[in-house]
Amino acid sequence: MTTTTTTATTTELVPYDDAVARFDPVLGLEVHVELNTASKMFCGCPTEFGAEPNTQTCPVCLGLPGALPVVNAKAVESAIRIGLALNCSIASWCRFARKNYFYPDMPKNFQTSQYDEPIAYGGWTDVDVDGETVRIEIERAHMEEDTGKSLHVGGATGRIHGADHSLVDYNRAGIPLIEIVTKPIEGTGADAPAVARAYVAHLRELVRGLGVSDVRMDQGSLRCDVNLSLRESPEAAYGTRSETKNVNSLRSVERAVRHEVSRQAGRLAAGERVVQETRHWHEDTGVTTSGRSKEEAEDYRYFPEPDLVPIAPSPGWVEELRAALPEPAAERRSRRQSEWGFSDLEMRDVIGAGALTLIEQTVDAGATAGAAKKWWLSELARRANDEGVSLDALAITPTQVAGVQALVDSGRVNDKLARQVLDGVLAGEGEPEEVVESRGLEVVSDESALASAVDSAIAANPDVAEKIRDGKVAAAGALIGAVMKDLRGQADAGRVRELILDRLVRHGES
Amino acid sequence: MSDSTISREHVAHLAHLARIDLSDAELDHLAPQLAVILESIAEISTVAADDIPPSSHALPLENVFRADENRPCLTAEEALSGAPEVDQQRFSVPRILGEGA
Amino acid sequence: MSDLTRLSAADLAEALRNGDTTSVQATQAHLDRIAAVDDAVHAFLHVDAEGALAQAEAADDRRAAGGDVPALLGVPVAVKDIATTKGLPTTAGSRILEGWIPPYDATLVARLRDSGLPILGKTNMDEFAMGSSTEHSGYGPTHNPWDLERIPGGSGGGSSAAVTAFEAPLAIGTDTGGSIRQPGAVTGTVGVKPTYGGVSRYGLVALASSLDQAGPVTRSVLDAGLLHDVIGGHDPLDSTSIDQDWPSMATAARQGDIAGMRIGVVKELGGEGYQVGVRTRFEEGVDLLTKAGADVVEVSCPHFVHALAAYYLILPAEASSNLAKFDAMRYGMRVLPDGVDLPSAEQVMEATREAGFGDEVKRRIILGTYALSSGYYDAYYGQAQKVRTLISRDFAAAFEQVDVLVSPTAPTTAFKIGEKRDDPLAMYLNDIATIPANLAGVPGMSLPSGLAEEDGLPTGLQILAPALHDDRLYRVGGVLEALFQEQWGGPLVPPELEVSG
Ligand SMILES: [Mg+2]
Ligand SMILES: [Zn+2]
Repeated sequence: MTTTTTTATTTELVPYDDAVARFDPVLGLEVHVELNTASKMFCGCPTEFGAEPNTQTCPVCLGLPGALPVVNAKAVESAIRIGLALNCSIASWCRFARKNYFYPDMPKNFQTSQYDEPIAYGGWTDVDVDGETVRIEIERAHMEEDTGKSLHVGGATGRIHGADHSLVDYNRAGIPLIEIVTKPIEGTGADAPAVARAYVAHLRELVRGLGVSDVRMDQGSLRCDVNLSLRESPEAAYGTRSETKNVNSLRSVERAVRHEVSRQAGRLAAGERVVQETRHWHEDTGVTTSGRSKEEAEDYRYFPEPDLVPIAPSPGWVEELRAALPEPAAERRSRRQSEWGFSDLEMRDVIGAGALTLIEQTVDAGATAGAAKKWWLSELARRANDEGVSLDALAITPTQVAGVQALVDSGRVNDKLARQVLDGVLAGEGEPEEVVESRGLEVVSDESALASAVDSAIAANPDVAEKIRDGKVAAAGALIGAVMKDLRGQADAGRVRELILDRLVRHGES
Repeated sequence: MSDSTISREHVAHLAHLARIDLSDAELDHLAPQLAVILESIAEISTVAADDIPPSSHALPLENVFRADENRPCLTAEEALSGAPEVDQQRFSVPRILGEGA
Repeated sequence: MSDLTRLSAADLAEALRNGDTTSVQATQAHLDRIAAVDDAVHAFLHVDAEGALAQAEAADDRRAAGGDVPALLGVPVAVKDIATTKGLPTTAGSRILEGWIPPYDATLVARLRDSGLPILGKTNMDEFAMGSSTEHSGYGPTHNPWDLERIPGGSGGGSSAAVTAFEAPLAIGTDTGGSIRQPGAVTGTVGVKPTYGGVSRYGLVALASSLDQAGPVTRSVLDAGLLHDVIGGHDPLDSTSIDQDWPSMATAARQGDIAGMRIGVVKELGGEGYQVGVRTRFEEGVDLLTKAGADVVEVSCPHFVHALAAYYLILPAEASSNLAKFDAMRYGMRVLPDGVDLPSAEQVMEATREAGFGDEVKRRIILGTYALSSGYYDAYYGQAQKVRTLISRDFAAAFEQVDVLVSPTAPTTAFKIGEKRDDPLAMYLNDIATIPANLAGVPGMSLPSGLAEEDGLPTGLQILAPALHDDRLYRVGGVLEALFQEQWGGPLVPPELEVSG
């Protein structure tokens, strides 16, 4: 059903701390990962993000009459690898099923998915949450296809409600998705939001490590639905849950859980009941609002997809894939932490920022771990934040970051200039070297130029020079400032200081 | 399953699930007609023992895959050629209620 | 030379090879015949004279260029409107697809083009192949050339009528529960449903995916074999397509010997509920097989009596899902509900499907939606799938004892248009003998067994073989056809049709 119900959202929110003091939250997370295969799940169309509308479709993914699906072998392989990395059992025999419901962005009006026979089931993964390990049980990981994208026109701000029509682009329709579903996550108490965030960050690193998806939350190649319910006590039965759809940044995952805890606590405290429904997350206001009510539960009329035949992965194939799995995330983390000598806190920031792989690659390109971390977690993190994208979405590669650091190490640029080099690279002006050239950012190392700048500064500020001669060395700062200003910052401040003191103090002594 | 009667309300519900705006006349006509059909196939529940496996396919094929390779797409013009309404190289559809599942 | 439309496809191909005629002449002759009789028969929904003649010319050029050419090069063909044809309208007999022109060819259509068979046009059918009379076409019924008051069978009545009326030497049909074989029986023509997966389903508007199968509709067993050889074989675009080499069906049709073959008469198909004339002609056929040296025994397939019930759960269930795509969003008809300003997509879907689908289609969509809906799945769809297993086991057991099975194709001869139109159950009974083959995926052929004494209308005999052994149908069919025609002094020919303008 797609009937929208307006459930009372007037109830007071209960402050988070009071809410978790009074109720026990139970979490469930459904993550959809878009695979980075060359072709779609059931046809040969490309999967590139951001192509011109409706240029990556064919009779199959457009759902034209007569067209038939054929399974992409690579997508099945990726699904099995994800399942194995999550310590799941791999089904020895499974099928696709049709999930029947009408929606304009779904060309066939059924989604080819998996129902009671997922390819991977019954796994677990250990997530680091503020230094302690939390084991998340995985219910299942199954294969399905993505839908098209709708542009809502007219009415308010491109929002679906109030729009007077929609424009549909089917380029995304049929891109392979792996849906990863956790078992109910209990006993997290007040940490529920942190656990939810840490799990999604962990999953993102794990999948990126497998190389089967871009896991770009900002581009929707990793999407998260948050299920949450409250109960009086850990002993009590589960409460009614809400499903908050498309929570698409780590920060939002954390905020959405916090908000739902406060909201549901508010309803329960007011003696109202929580409605089982789909809710929408609003990034801007940080609240969820009611979507489809599930009071009148959907009837998807699942049945085995007759146009596809069963999949029976041979044990040999599965073992081959298992043997080729990359190092488990936890082990990789602790290995890197000791290699790099980061504190637990530093490592947590690295994981939280999704920078583990980026830093590894920057180190491989020649930078020290410390320097790599400094750039990614401070300067670049700030820029990513301003642009509202994830770190790996920035227009700069780990190799380029290492290049910038190399310029600093060689003394050719100082930190201030290095930041301008980053700006240049991010602005697409080329490699760090080229930016230094084109923007003329090299520090002045030519002694005579430095000397004359120092002399003119002394000449221009006789009284300051006098103070320094009288031993007030601290006053040198003013002259250094003048020289740096004169050289537009392109000088090594330390060297300038030396020259000034040579002239004013050491002379005096000799 | 033994009772294969089907109410007018039930038929109306099924029609909504199937997105067909049946007229009252059709509902009046269809409900009894479906009841007759269901009566005639009611035997089905008594035929097969529990240990009989279901067949979703006529023949037992398995593991039919394609290599992860690109094939030519339709042009946007071809893709949109049958569309009742097109705007900005997209399929223009009436306003959508709620969200997809 | 003599009227080109009266030749079998094999003879026409021979004449083309010998240079006695050209594809352009043959194609033009059939287009003229269509112009002369199709107002009365209404076998075609769309005739593509220009395209067919262009393909005919290309075929003649290809032959002139010399070298190896396909056996049926230049022989025209009619295609059921359920197969997508690039640039040619494809409606599957439904108003909801009126005016839709597919941007791609079905695999079997591409194979017809590759082998140089000019496509005359698209033939009429029950809407989305739901029916046994072609009365449920959204574009009006097709008439049986033996008696224009009567139905030509269905859903492929357009294809069977077209070959019967000499409007085409060859036609393509699809068979989900008998839609090739039952029309063959009631029009006195040959129709073959290949093994499921023997002919690609890519580009066939799906009715019931696990049952649908395309095949030849012709006036002779050999012609069917020749056409089967063109359209059959593995297709990587259809996951259920069988990946193996097939023997030539034409060669099997020419073999001409069934001595020592074991043939089983299915106890449950025939007798009670079958018209007297149908039974008599069937028994004559069985005698001829015995005379030809086959040893004929009776075999029992106890679960066949439940085939109809299983079929009328599985088909509507799959159809309700397959037909969901017709929603007015991407192609086809879009109807706005009246009295609603700024209607929602949901309302437009409901209005369009209400206006665009016919009664039978709505009936089966609702039935299928019911069979799949929560709380009913196990009792209906689940049970039907189990019965399907039992029917396959019956076939397996039978084929332990015999090489092929035989039965009447349809319980009656052609009935009057309108006679059963609003009596679904009576209509469904037409397929009682053909449905088991679809449920089990085994191949089946219907060939003419004569004319019923009581009404002088054609009757059909069905041959069933184990999956993958389609060649047995042609081997037995070829021999039986020859023996029948010996008795009749030639093939069955319908009365001359009134020729218009
Ligand atoms: Mg899903
Ligand atoms: Zn495609």
